[in-house]
Amino acid sequence: MISAKLFILQRLTALIMAPLVLGHLALMIYAVQGGLSASEILGRTQGSVFWAIFYALFVFAVAIHAAIGVRTVLFEWLKIRGSVLELLSWSLGLALLVMGLYSVYAVTA
Amino acid sequence: MNTITVQVSRGSEKHSEFQTFEVPEQENQTVLDLVTYIQEYIDPTLSYRFACRVGMCGSCGMMVNGEPRWTCRTHVKKVLGSSKTIEVGPLKNLPVIKDLVVDMDTFFDKWIAVGGVHHPSKNRHQSIEKISELSAERMSANEAVECINCGVCYASCDVVSANSDYFGPAALNRAWSLVNDVKTKNKDSILEAVSGNAGCHNCHSQQNCSNYCPNELNPSASIASLKRTVFASKINNLFGNSK
Ligand code: SF4
Ligand code: SF4
Ligand code: FES
Repeated sequence: MISAKLFILQRLTALIMAPLVLGHLALMIYAVQGGLSASEILGRTQGSVFWAIFYALFVFAVAIHAAIGVRTVLFEWLKIRGSVLELLSWSLGLALLVMGLYSVYAVTA
Repeated sequence: MNTITVQVSRGSEKHSEFQTFEVPEQENQTVLDLVTYIQEYIDPTLSYRFACRVGMCGSCGMMVNGEPRWTCRTHVKKVLGSSKTIEVGPLKNLPVIKDLVVDMDTFFDKWIAVGGVHHPSKNRHQSIEKISELSAERMSANEAVECINCGVCYASCDVVSANSDYFGPAALNRAWSLVNDVKTKNKDSILEAVSGNAGCHNCHSQQNCSNYCPNELNPSASIASLKRTVFASKINNLFGNSK
């Protein structure tokens, strides 16, 4: 049930996520060194265009990648077909996108 | 005389149940021999399929103790546990016609759907293409061309079980051999055919097919190569009409 188009989209978003995950992990290890507090995190992220772009890109990649993956699970395991399948999987993608971008906005604006 | 207990699936797609037979044990015996013994000496109404008995024709595929096998070359000793019981059923993922006989139509229709028919690049008046057995393309196709169409891989594929439209390992393996055949005209049409909703991108690469293929082919690798080839050819028009 997955065409070349979706397959390629999923691989490309994986390609984008790989370095971002590493960056995110490295940042977390670095950030907890001096204890973890909200003000310390916000101090780093607020007003930072770099982190805004970094995490916005991450959110876009996650939303697309996860929606396509879950779409396959819904199709093969739960036997969901047709427009219900498209609706469910793309709603999930949209929800991830909206929630993700909202958080990015909250910590960087 | 020692006997082997053989449980054979009887019936049709709608209803089937296992029937138990006792078959004399022999020193050298294949699973197909067991089934043949039952049909010849115990119950002539048992339906099953075979032709060559030497692993050439691909018609004797059945589920043996839950695993797909070519029964003419599966020795009883290899599959007989200490319980001395063997369970024989029709190949999975295909509709049952009767007893051990499945309808292979969908299997072969998919060979055609992937572009598996010959697309000649020359007409009868031109001389035939010379193929160097050392060329990279021929080397990639080498394994894939040895398929005997037995359907064992198809029966082993979980993705076919979950998605009956999926072309499955054998047809896609065939597509890969044609993509590598210099005699094939219009290879793009094959790449297009394997890129749709039923195509190679559904494969989870878990390699059941390669594990069970009695000829030790590697359809999973052929499918991975198809994915790579399609990826390369599509990457330029990512949002084109590739659906
Ligand atoms: S590797 Fe692909 S084709 Fe082979 S059994 Fe697994 S899903 Fe099916
Ligand atoms: S690839 Fe192997 S298992 Fe599949 S049909 Fe061909 S010979 Fe049989
Ligand atoms: S009978 Fe021909 S392959 Fe088994």
